[in-house]
Amino acid sequence: MTWIAIGSIADIPRRGARCVATPQGKIAVFRTANDQVFAIEDHCPHKGGPLSQGIVHGAAVTCPLHNWVISLETGKALGADEGSVRTLPVKVEGEMLFIALEALASKAA
Amino acid sequence: MSERLVIIGNGMAPGRMLEHLLEEAPDRYAVTIFNAEPRVNYDRIMLSPVLSGEKEFEEIVIHGDGWYIKHGITLYKGHRIVAIDRDAKTVTSDHGVIESYDRLVIATGSVPFIIPVPGKDLPGVLSYRDLDDVNAMLLAAQSHAKAIVIGGGLLGLEAAAGLNERGMDVTLLHVMPTLMERQLDPAAGYLLQKAVEARGIKVVTKANTKAIVGNGKVEGVELMDGTIIPATLVVMAVGIHPNSALAKDAGLEVNRGIVVDDRMQTSDPAIMALGECAEVGGHVYGLVAPLYEMARVAAARLSDGEDKRFVHSDTPTKLKVTGIDLYSLGDFADGEDREEIILRDASAGIYKRVVLQDKRIIGTVLFGETADGAWFNDLKKKAIDISEMRETLIFGQAFQGGASSDPSAAVAALADDAEICGCNGVCKGKITGAITAKGLTGLDDVRAHTKAAASCGSCTGLVEQLLKLTLGEAYNPAAVQPMCGCTSLGHDDVRRLIKAKGLKTIPAIMQELEWKTSCGCAKCRPALNYYLICDWPDQYADDYQSRFINERVHANIQKDGTYSVVPRMWGGVTSAGELRAIADVVDKFRIPTVKVTGGQRIDMLGIRKEDLPAVWADLGKAGFVSGHAYAKGLRTVKTCVGSDWCRFGTQDSTGLGIRIEKFMWGSWTPAKVKMAVSGCPRNCAEATCKDVGVVCVDSGYEIHFAGAAGLDIKGTEVLGLVKTEDEALEVIVALVQMYREQARYLERIYKWAKRVGTAEIKKQTLDDAEKRRAYFERFVFSQKFAQVDPWSERVSGKDKHEFRPMASVGFAEAAE
Repeated sequence: MTWIAIGSIADIPRRGARCVATPQGKIAVFRTANDQVFAIEDHCPHKGGPLSQGIVHGAAVTCPLHNWVISLETGKALGADEGSVRTLPVKVEGEMLFIALEALASKAA
Repeated sequence: MSERLVIIGNGMAPGRMLEHLLEEAPDRYAVTIFNAEPRVNYDRIMLSPVLSGEKEFEEIVIHGDGWYIKHGITLYKGHRIVAIDRDAKTVTSDHGVIESYDRLVIATGSVPFIIPVPGKDLPGVLSYRDLDDVNAMLLAAQSHAKAIVIGGGLLGLEAAAGLNERGMDVTLLHVMPTLMERQLDPAAGYLLQKAVEARGIKVVTKANTKAIVGNGKVEGVELMDGTIIPATLVVMAVGIHPNSALAKDAGLEVNRGIVVDDRMQTSDPAIMALGECAEVGGHVYGLVAPLYEMARVAAARLSDGEDKRFVHSDTPTKLKVTGIDLYSLGDFADGEDREEIILRDASAGIYKRVVLQDKRIIGTVLFGETADGAWFNDLKKKAIDISEMRETLIFGQAFQGGASSDPSAAVAALADDAEICGCNGVCKGKITGAITAKGLTGLDDVRAHTKAAASCGSCTGLVEQLLKLTLGEAYNPAAVQPMCGCTSLGHDDVRRLIKAKGLKTIPAIMQELEWKTSCGCAKCRPALNYYLICDWPDQYADDYQSRFINERVHANIQKDGTYSVVPRMWGGVTSAGELRAIADVVDKFRIPTVKVTGGQRIDMLGIRKEDLPAVWADLGKAGFVSGHAYAKGLRTVKTCVGSDWCRFGTQDSTGLGIRIEKFMWGSWTPAKVKMAVSGCPRNCAEATCKDVGVVCVDSGYEIHFAGAAGLDIKGTEVLGLVKTEDEALEVIVALVQMYREQARYLERIYKWAKRVGTAEIKKQTLDDAEKRRAYFERFVFSQKFAQVDPWSERVSGKDKHEFRPMASVGFAEAAE
């Protein structure tokens, strides 16, 4: 697995998200209230809404377009909705964040 | 001519009697009431929630002024009757009003018992009886100083808990070894004491008050053992006694209370008495259920209806302190012919005791878990032989007959004549019958039709279960709809508690109000953020992560993830320079769609998020600020051209619209607010379907509100006509501020107004100049912190992380 540095944890507000642009599309990197970090595709399984723009609560995000709630841990829609987005491995070393894109590339290929 | 009925006293008992009487013999009497308290009839049992901040006085009013007017009843507020002349059949008030009667009802209630110790009359010594006492306590509580409550009974505990909630340092003195010893056995009294102490209230039992000390005002309480406990407020809640002095002076037979027979008749055939002042069969009463029973009996007598007689029965005691569940009923003293069954669960703080005599329940004490109270009460009332279920009796109804532990199963299993509401004596059959027969759908309906859950409210859960059972899936408990899955509290409760408890951050709310999730959800967080901004404008720091994306980036997200931008055009007026700047921006950023909105603005759609700050910078150079087209806030004030151009225009509607918009822009509101000003009744600005509208006429400005033209269509209500622009502005601002302070998040003005009532809004924002001014000033104060253009802030670099990706990775390999 190739770890790619994307920046520092301080770049992301708590209960917030930032985007990482990749050739396969945007990745949303989330930071929870207790500093857990998750990376998922920035693309809601419902209508493709930018999940990075949603409200982050616990280890979940609510999509800004139609309020689907997506688990940051599994990428699966919670509650009555069904669907999932791809999750990406994240590594935190000190302040620095790294993601691995293989999962994305292999599935995209 | 109708007979003259005079009632002395306007508490809950005579109020209820009148309701029955109006049903049974609506036109028989001309009714006059003298109320020593300067107000209408309210639910005295709910004073404790008012003290603790869980309710407001307006919510506990039983009969508002309108009720008296509707029924043609004359109410003298603040008139104390000082004499009854039984020969002349007249009563005289302390303001000199003399009224003749054919029938007189005395309902003077009770007076608090004041311990006859030195210092009892010092300023700072209060009793706990009426709204004035509560207001005095609330005033004292602002100091957050030390308070002493004397009396560890029901009232004393509620007073102590309320003052503690309000931030006072409270010591509770009780003369007996355990709290509420008349209703609780020592074990339950001990648990209660622990629960009270866990809230930070100090409890001293076996405390005999010797004197209240202080020089000119209260400084503390001295006990018999010489201890002096300092305090600036002393509340005596050691009991009540019937207020029978007036009757005694009139020569009526008086014992402990005014002696009446089982039809509420005093020793004078023209005079009846009921309520806490009356003594029936040697008993006087202080709980509401028997008083309401008296009301029923008295009304039947007055209407010469059914021959009803008052029969003594035990009434359960419940404590109205949120978080402490306690239920006590009947006789629970030890005795040779008695057996008891006890269940204790120390870790859960549960104690249950059932006292049996001759295989029947005669008393029950429940602490920590009181759901089975109604069932035990029912078994006791019907004197059911419990031998067969003796083994499992204490576990409650759910364990009988192999029924499941589903809470609604227990309610389903209750007999139709089982009592649900103890205060009002309403049984299960009456509630389910009313739900079916009258098509009731919610708690408020049931309250209105049956009175169940309308007094102390402790049976609300049971009534909801009955609604659920009777209506099945059709039941939508809207009345108690929680904010979201994170809490069981509704919006109104949360708003009230934010203020009452002085909660000033989202984590503080979640902690103090026991949120079930660690950091809320997308429903509650934006609501809480709004409530805090509204309530503490100068102290609360806006939590951007709790805002919906549109309000976080000050643009409207579109289905493809791009944004739309709407600059403010005050009152819908623009200029060549502004239009040229918009055209340049559209060209420069290749904005795909430009559209004129319904609110007289120009919308630019399809802007990439990364471009937003640059777009705003260019618009800002032309003098544009954010149009807040994305906000739960003031959106637009639409206008017609008015007297400047129009041959029909009566006033400068454009000017007024611009003035309102410049005054109110930037304010956050529970939901979006759209306004309009029309220059004449032809109403070209369509002001009569807006949240707030003005229709100008020759004589001034007609102010409208609560219109809708979206999901619902609704014409506005007319708030009133004012003469000048200044007055129009003040009224509109006050109206919006009242809405800001009271509405639930995402509730538009028309929905809020439907809940609160047009009359109330009119009263507070138009008729009452003082209230209007106060609303106005609170709005002006909050605007100091709100009127900052979010676009120019972001052009200067605020939140710049929002608008650019954190990193771009993988492109080099892919491109080459």
